[in-house]
Amino acid sequence: MSTASTSAPAGQARAGSGPVLEVDDLRVQFRTDSGLVNAVNGVSYTVSAGETLAILGESGSGKSVSAQAIMGILDMPPAEITSGRIMFEGRDLLTVSPEEQRKVRGPGISMIFQDALSSLNPVYSVGYQIGEMFRAHRGMSRKDAKKQAVELMDRVRIPAAAQRVNDYPHQFSGGMRQRVMIAMAIALDPRILIADEPTTALDVTVQAQVMDLLKDLQRDTGMGLVLITHDLGVVNEVADNVAVMYAGRIVERGTVDDVFGNPAHPYTEGLMSSIPQVEAKGGRLQPIGGQPPNLANIPSGCPFHPRCPKRRTGADALPGRHCAEDVPPLRLVVPGREAACHYSEEVLGV
Amino acid sequence: MTDQQQQLDLRKDEVEAGTTTGLASPSVDVTDSRQNSLWSDAWRSLKRNPLFWLGATFGIVFLLIAIAPQVFARGVDPRACDLANSKATPSADHWFGYDVQGCDYLANVVYGARNSLIIGIFAVLVVLLLGVVVGAIAGFYGGFTDGLLSRIADIFYALPLILGALVLLRVGPETSIPILNSRGPGAVALALALFGWMTAMRLVRSQVIAVKSSDYVAAARAMGASDIRILVRHILPNAVAPVLVYTTITIGVLIAAEATLTYLGVGLQRPAISWGLQIEAGQDSIRSAPHLVLFPSLILTMTVMAFVMMGDALRDALDPRQRS
Repeated sequence: MSTASTSAPAGQARAGSGPVLEVDDLRVQFRTDSGLVNAVNGVSYTVSAGETLAILGESGSGKSVSAQAIMGILDMPPAEITSGRIMFEGRDLLTVSPEEQRKVRGPGISMIFQDALSSLNPVYSVGYQIGEMFRAHRGMSRKDAKKQAVELMDRVRIPAAAQRVNDYPHQFSGGMRQRVMIAMAIALDPRILIADEPTTALDVTVQAQVMDLLKDLQRDTGMGLVLITHDLGVVNEVADNVAVMYAGRIVERGTVDDVFGNPAHPYTEGLMSSIPQVEAKGGRLQPIGGQPPNLANIPSGCPFHPRCPKRRTGADALPGRHCAEDVPPLRLVVPGREAACHYSEEVLGV
Repeated sequence: MTDQQQQLDLRKDEVEAGTTTGLASPSVDVTDSRQNSLWSDAWRSLKRNPLFWLGATFGIVFLLIAIAPQVFARGVDPRACDLANSKATPSADHWFGYDVQGCDYLANVVYGARNSLIIGIFAVLVVLLLGVVVGAIAGFYGGFTDGLLSRIADIFYALPLILGALVLLRVGPETSIPILNSRGPGAVALALALFGWMTAMRLVRSQVIAVKSSDYVAAARAMGASDIRILVRHILPNAVAPVLVYTTITIGVLIAAEATLTYLGVGLQRPAISWGLQIEAGQDSIRSAPHLVLFPSLILTMTVMAFVMMGDALRDALDPRQRS
């Protein structure tokens, strides 16, 4: 695979070192007319070089907001980061100057979005937009930037890249647009790529190609990949580790095999049993009862308790582990597994 | 073209489904080496638009008239008048007839082009500049900045264009402000622009607010683009279209407003020659000599049309989705 000359030594040198991105106790609030909305409530995770971390959650679980906080694209106000640290290469992105932050975005961390058509500027050709990364961050001439753009389009497997470099976003199909977005995002060889539901707007065959492309690029460059999604199938196929989010908190974390094989949190368990199974064809799906929580009024205790089939709110609750009163911390349940449930051991069956 | 390309893409997508090997050809052949910019692509599209050429032809003709009126006046001095010919109707020798003073009207209309075009174009450029800069800043930064600038615009809105310009032109000559104290077409244009920029500002502001929240601006921010780059490269090209159309139409309004100022005694004064002056003077005798209003109005309309056509073509050219 042809790589840009500047990116050649990157991959191997980086792999194997400690976490590149470290999010620690991140909290984000939105100030709205109907009161404070607590979108992210103390989220912590780490991403190492070459690792794929999937952040799984339903709409409104805070998975996109936490990514936007990392990228500095939250609209503040109404959003407000009330606490936490975002450590990237030993520096807290929340305390460095906006100018320093800007220099990290693009070359250090970059992001691809759900809807590639609206994420591309309609008035510029795709080659110009990819080339802009090189002109803005590396001061490259137009001619060189265009050459780099064609190489990148080739690298993300856009056919006839040299001919299509002057085409506009509306002239591309959905899958090709997402490839253009990916080309822009990997242009400066970032160490972390955040993909916010990158395949949601695409049909299934194209989804698979885009995910394959992301995996291949990750293998080549050794970047860490944060995959934000609600698609359990995608997580199962491409991720190493998974963090399940509910009501702005991480409720379970572990390797994909462990978490999917044997959930330690009733919410994850509920998600797993709501996946259509080929073997169970003709049977009924098992949905999670109740409604997603209102983030302006999160239930007391464990936020999942009103929907939880295994809650203990009466006399059967152990002292200090009352589901409706005591907030369960995210704790190590078995080696390599963390869950925020008072009764994880029971859920796991260990 | 678009549909074909998308079909090709889809076929390609389907062919590639299930494969994970790199299919891309390794040969990178950049045929034309320069990066296409917004403006070079827009120009290529403009060149193919007959509307643009029609407008440009008219525009250039009027520009030539303004530069060298003696050529187009067929050698007649607009100030050589004979009262005996007062209000005479058009004839083979004098295509536009004579005005009240008995001066050749063709020569007068032709010599009026310079002042009228200076006022129209200069005023519109100032309107465009003020509107885009103030509107973009207000829309982009929002909050207190937006509040302050919008209220300033509201104050100007409260003052009628003519009244504001009248006051400014009255006190202008007594001040030492360079252009304003001249009483020439520059002063009139500036006075009109200073009280006529608010609509352009509001148009730009609302567009900028709409574009600002789009995903591609968030994407640009996520890729580390600076505020200035986001505003100039990403927001403004998507926000200027309505204001371009508005300003081309406004040229005519401003040329006509000059006539009103003249009537009130603060605009251009005789012996200056302008279309506004002629339309104003012709109104008094519109029943006995309608050609005195007709000819300058006709030329004024054609001038405005030329700019509207160019503005329309430019707007289409700046939007890639409108290009065929």
